[in-house]
Amino acid sequence: MNFNRHGVLAIYRFELARFRRTLMTSLLTPVISTSLYFVVFGSAIGSRMTEIGGVPYAAFIVPGLIMLSVFTESISNAAFGIYMPKFTGTIYELLSAPISAFETVLAYVGAAATKSIVLGLVIFATAHLFVDLDIAHPVWMLVFLVLIATTFCLFGFIIGIWAKSFEQLQVVPLLVVMPLTFLGGAFYSIDILPEPWRTLTLFNPVVYLISGFRWSFFGTGDVGVAVSLVATLGFLLACLAVIAWMFRTGYRLKR
Amino acid sequence: MRGDDTMDGGAVAAQTQVVIEIRGVCKTYANGLRALSAVDLDIRRGEIFALLGPNGAGKTTLISIVCGIVTPTGGRVIADGHDIAADYRAARAKIGLVPQELATDAFETVAATVRLSRGLFGRPPDPACIEKILRDLSLWEKRDAKIVELSGGMKRRVMIAKALSHEPRILFLDEPTAGVDVELRRDMWALVRGLRDNGVTIILTTHYIEEAEQMADRIGVISRGEIILVEETSVLMRKLGKKQLTLNLVKPLAAIPEGLADWRLELRANGAELVLEFDVTADRTGVPSLLRRMSDLGIAFKDLNTRQSSLEDIFVSLVTDASGDAR
Repeated sequence: MNFNRHGVLAIYRFELARFRRTLMTSLLTPVISTSLYFVVFGSAIGSRMTEIGGVPYAAFIVPGLIMLSVFTESISNAAFGIYMPKFTGTIYELLSAPISAFETVLAYVGAAATKSIVLGLVIFATAHLFVDLDIAHPVWMLVFLVLIATTFCLFGFIIGIWAKSFEQLQVVPLLVVMPLTFLGGAFYSIDILPEPWRTLTLFNPVVYLISGFRWSFFGTGDVGVAVSLVATLGFLLACLAVIAWMFRTGYRLKR
Repeated sequence: MRGDDTMDGGAVAAQTQVVIEIRGVCKTYANGLRALSAVDLDIRRGEIFALLGPNGAGKTTLISIVCGIVTPTGGRVIADGHDIAADYRAARAKIGLVPQELATDAFETVAATVRLSRGLFGRPPDPACIEKILRDLSLWEKRDAKIVELSGGMKRRVMIAKALSHEPRILFLDEPTAGVDVELRRDMWALVRGLRDNGVTIILTTHYIEEAEQMADRIGVISRGEIILVEETSVLMRKLGKKQLTLNLVKPLAAIPEGLADWRLELRANGAELVLEFDVTADRTGVPSLLRRMSDLGIAFKDLNTRQSSLEDIFVSLVTDASGDAR
């Protein structure tokens, strides 16, 4: 038994069952909030705004909206998934099971990423009801969606292991990711920013993720697509490295 | 007697196969607390082994190390032929654990958590097996109930069901009867005996010494992170389980009469009580002959009682001795 297939599947099914129970809140909420964004930004404000890089404003914000939801949902789902066993004490079972760190991460992050990807596609479908969208690179859109969802689920998994309280669980998504996303060009092109803000913004990692995703929609982005891809993969590898370190040292998991 | 000897011999030969081998295992926690110092212990295949010790003696730490929850500072453990570190998959697949603390997924159903446990330990789904376990633990009716709705005793049953879900060959029960009602305790012991009959090795920790005495084949006493004694329960009882006969005399004696010099007697309560210590398991306890001789000598008694030293007495004296040595 070099790969605990049954263990991975058991966790994956268990986590998805948890998501199914909260299907209404987890899928309906983003659909409603997306619709609200379209009414406010797309129709009310967007109608008075010029096109950005040849793309109507209402269409321009679609990738940003999807990313905003995927970021926050990925982090909170993955963080919650591993934090709950720690909180209730059922983590003892995971630690005493014949399952490797890799398999554990694969199962938890796989389940959380599955939910995020479904969510991203649901928001995309909702957006379609409001605006016409021609996807320039559909395959790359899916690649970016999967990569970014996975990366943020890994990041959430780290937060779930790190957090010692429900408050800490909320701190990073609310105080770090949300501002970085809004400032990272979710709703505007960073080209419209005056200097030095434009240059400063380039230090925001989220810019590269949103830009890459937007490129897959419209064929243009704030930065080159290769740079976006490298940045996304870099973030993914950094998260993997941190998780590997956490499991090797037993950080906040084992005594 | 001879027949018994042969049977004992056979049983010992079958039992001496070691299923868990603990060598030099020590643990110092990050805060500097030394929980275990160089523990050596062998658990035999198919036995019920009771680990006794006061709070903080290191019982849970030792169990947690074998199960993989706590990383030992040093030493090694072989479980069913597999090193728990190098070959953790094979070792852990054989082991089930019921921890002391009630820890459950409150919002999940009973059946879902038990299915998860089976999968975690690498076993394919098997509804028939899950059903049998849930029925054995009187949980079948509650299989679709959320755990948060169950009573404390029912939650404890769920934890046992989880530990048994992958049909382990070695089962650890950490304080299984702490805070458990009489009915559940009885069910639990019936279950433990049933598992043992199927060849499962059981290691339990308990504060109820009577239970260790009744249930365990062997008893290990742990104190301050060290195993201070491991003995067959019957041998331990024989070795340390002296019985005392107290005779309340009609007339106090000034000294033990010449005619009673053959017995190990002691006078207490200013000569009003005659006390005989004897070994229950010996062929001749000396009690009937003593009573006959006393009747011949005309020493009358108005009452008598016997008292057997319990495992509790033994345990208390062992632990006090050990801590005395440590000072």
